[in-house]
Amino acid sequence: MSDRRKAPSVETIDMTMRFGAFTALDAVSIKVEAGSFHALLGENGAGKSTLVKCMMGFYKATDGQMTVNDKEVEIDDPKDAYDLGLGMVYQHFTLVPSLTAAENLVIARADTPAVIDWRKERRRLETFMASMPFSVPLNRPVHSLAAGEKQKLEILKQLYLGNHFLILDEPTSVLTPSEADEVLGHVHKMTKAGDLTVLMITHKFREVRAFADSVTVLRRGKRVGTGRVADLSNDDMAAMMMGQAEMATPLARSGDTGRTVLSLDHAKAVDRSGTKEISIDALDVRSGEIVGLAGISGNGQVELMEMLTGQRSLLSGSIRVEGTAYHATRSEARQHKVRYLPEEPLLNASAPHMSVADNLALRSFDEDGRLFLDRKGIMQRANALIDDFDIRTQGPRAPIRDLSGGNVQRAALARELSGDVTLLIVSNPCFGLDFSAARTIRDRIMEARNKGAAVLLISEDLDEILELSDRVAVISEGRIAFETPVADADPKALGHFMAGHA
Amino acid sequence: MTDASALGMWGVPLAILGGAIRVSTPFLFVSLGECLTERSGRINLGLEGTLVIGAMTGYAMSYHSGSPFIGVASAALAGLVFGLIHGWLCSFRHVNDIAVGISMMIVGLGLAFYFGKPYIQPTAPRLPSISFGWWSDIPQVQAALQVNVLFIAGAVLAFLMAWMFRNTRIGLTVRVVGDSTDAARTLGIRPTRVRVLATAVGGAFAGVGGSYLSLYYPGSWSEGIASGQGLMAVALVIFARWNPINCFWAALLFGGAGAIGPALQSVGITQGYYLFYAAPYVLTLGILVATSSTERAMTGAPGEMSITK
Repeated sequence: MSDRRKAPSVETIDMTMRFGAFTALDAVSIKVEAGSFHALLGENGAGKSTLVKCMMGFYKATDGQMTVNDKEVEIDDPKDAYDLGLGMVYQHFTLVPSLTAAENLVIARADTPAVIDWRKERRRLETFMASMPFSVPLNRPVHSLAAGEKQKLEILKQLYLGNHFLILDEPTSVLTPSEADEVLGHVHKMTKAGDLTVLMITHKFREVRAFADSVTVLRRGKRVGTGRVADLSNDDMAAMMMGQAEMATPLARSGDTGRTVLSLDHAKAVDRSGTKEISIDALDVRSGEIVGLAGISGNGQVELMEMLTGQRSLLSGSIRVEGTAYHATRSEARQHKVRYLPEEPLLNASAPHMSVADNLALRSFDEDGRLFLDRKGIMQRANALIDDFDIRTQGPRAPIRDLSGGNVQRAALARELSGDVTLLIVSNPCFGLDFSAARTIRDRIMEARNKGAAVLLISEDLDEILELSDRVAVISEGRIAFETPVADADPKALGHFMAGHA
Repeated sequence: MTDASALGMWGVPLAILGGAIRVSTPFLFVSLGECLTERSGRINLGLEGTLVIGAMTGYAMSYHSGSPFIGVASAALAGLVFGLIHGWLCSFRHVNDIAVGISMMIVGLGLAFYFGKPYIQPTAPRLPSISFGWWSDIPQVQAALQVNVLFIAGAVLAFLMAWMFRNTRIGLTVRVVGDSTDAARTLGIRPTRVRVLATAVGGAFAGVGGSYLSLYYPGSWSEGIASGQGLMAVALVIFARWNPINCFWAALLFGGAGAIGPALQSVGITQGYYLFYAAPYVLTLGILVATSSTERAMTGAPGEMSITK
């Protein structure tokens, strides 16, 4: 085997993967030069994950070859990939949350000793950390690390294992822009130094522009373009990704801001750990405006959402809607026309095994106090909403869990936005959705605002907040750290408040 | 102070201490077994059945071999087999570990009663104890400090397990599997195998706990020998936050609660006697209510366990 310490070059030749009659990957060839930073672009379902899973040995490709350092290799399972020095950093963390960073690193090794001499291991880890361009605290349990630190640790883990070809699967989806820049900046430097070869799955052009040397674009399982990033414009790449479908422009903002609809006044509650406090001194949302609440995950967003949905009781202070105290009971929500779109709607906003039609009726089925359900009405309404919101489903009777993420999100939004809406509270609405799905969701939220709804948008995606909001607030450690009209919002400054250095 | 009766009401806490050590031993073993199983991400509700099987096997083998330690070893082996069956059944897709546990409990009780019938009459050699009360000539003190060997072994085991979770490959592997199946897979660990083995070893611990019942206290085999220790261990592990050393203290606490009734009886208080027998169960309920919260995440709970998911 070749020298493991140097960055290898990796190439796939006519890689094909069929699942039954469905071709997920159609003769895809991709060449990643030694020491380069290669981006893999594509919409959801374009075959990016399938390709890297074939490369890492999670799938056995139906056809095609792969070479490492120009030598043909056979990768039958992930172990073979690791033996060749290929490592992968997943979109979702694969660190063990309750173990410390040091424990995570030591157990990841193939030759973990039966009895661990922590003094010796710690010395070795500290020497290793010192040789790296960035480090993470070794002695804290991973669940207490910030997302950026976790992602750094994932990368460090691969380097610690001696893998110098890394596949990064949307590594920044859970990071703030400044965290993302820091992590990718370090990775970029290591590729420049020839210590690392990187293949990064992404759909953020900004990152491709800033860090990647070359790019390959997939669409519907086929390679539709490849080249040096410097030779391609964002429009070129978008055109390759989307194909014939034209890029929709975002819906314009219109209408005026009106009276205050939602107001939080010194609202306090305990956080999930039970040790800290969520304390929102003042937060107002007026009709006809979107207030974006930015923040790094785990800074009280989930708790705030629970306070607003009545799932977390207030220690003191108040939540008011249209001037009256609000406790989020079903009748209050109905009276004030308050609607919610929590994050992960399949988990938090639907009954997964129930049909699309039933899920669409969850707000309204008991509206007129009837004893028996109006099945015909429910079906009619479901069909109308499915058409109106373009929900792709086998039919209104299909269980909602069979729908794709974007379609579940559309169904939840369809239910919440049908009829008049005074207040809409949204959390991470586009997490994990691709371009076009995210576009339609964001347009619907903007449309609700333009019709006069007050919208509170809680999101970890700063780009989304800056695009949609009229005002931006930052939540950090359970408090509103900063608030500004969007026109004056500077991403760098917001990032500082998000990170808690103010 | 040489006269025993001069102890008066001081006899009560002393009797509770002695009782706590006596009553807590089965709790200790079952909860350590449950702790190991749960740390690997499975829950074994069948330990009540394993406990009774252990009691029966331990007694029978001690009777046949004449050595109580052979009895304990066979009880461990029987528990191991029961744990293996539980673990193996749960490794099939869509098999629920709680349902399997309940069935295993009932199967265990049934088998133990069936095979245990001939051993109700005979007397088997019992486990020895070590006297730590030699320095005192007060009989109550001496009685309270008669510490059985299994209690000492259990205490050592608790600390050993805590050390193992931190400082050995096996310990880290169990914790990885219990916290994240996906992470375990990416590390090349086979989660199912680890869980089956953890359940088996956990079953062996419960079997040892059972042998204590028949070979030390109460010290004979009968059908009513266990009274829910196997089930309460589940609550005990939650209370102990999945920490073996906490399991030790929690077992002592539960044992102490179980000893309140007999201790009061020993000084002549007999009123509400049966009510005091309910103390451990009331304690279980009280602790579960007191430590529960709808708004706080459960700290220390293994992420892959079906009841915390």
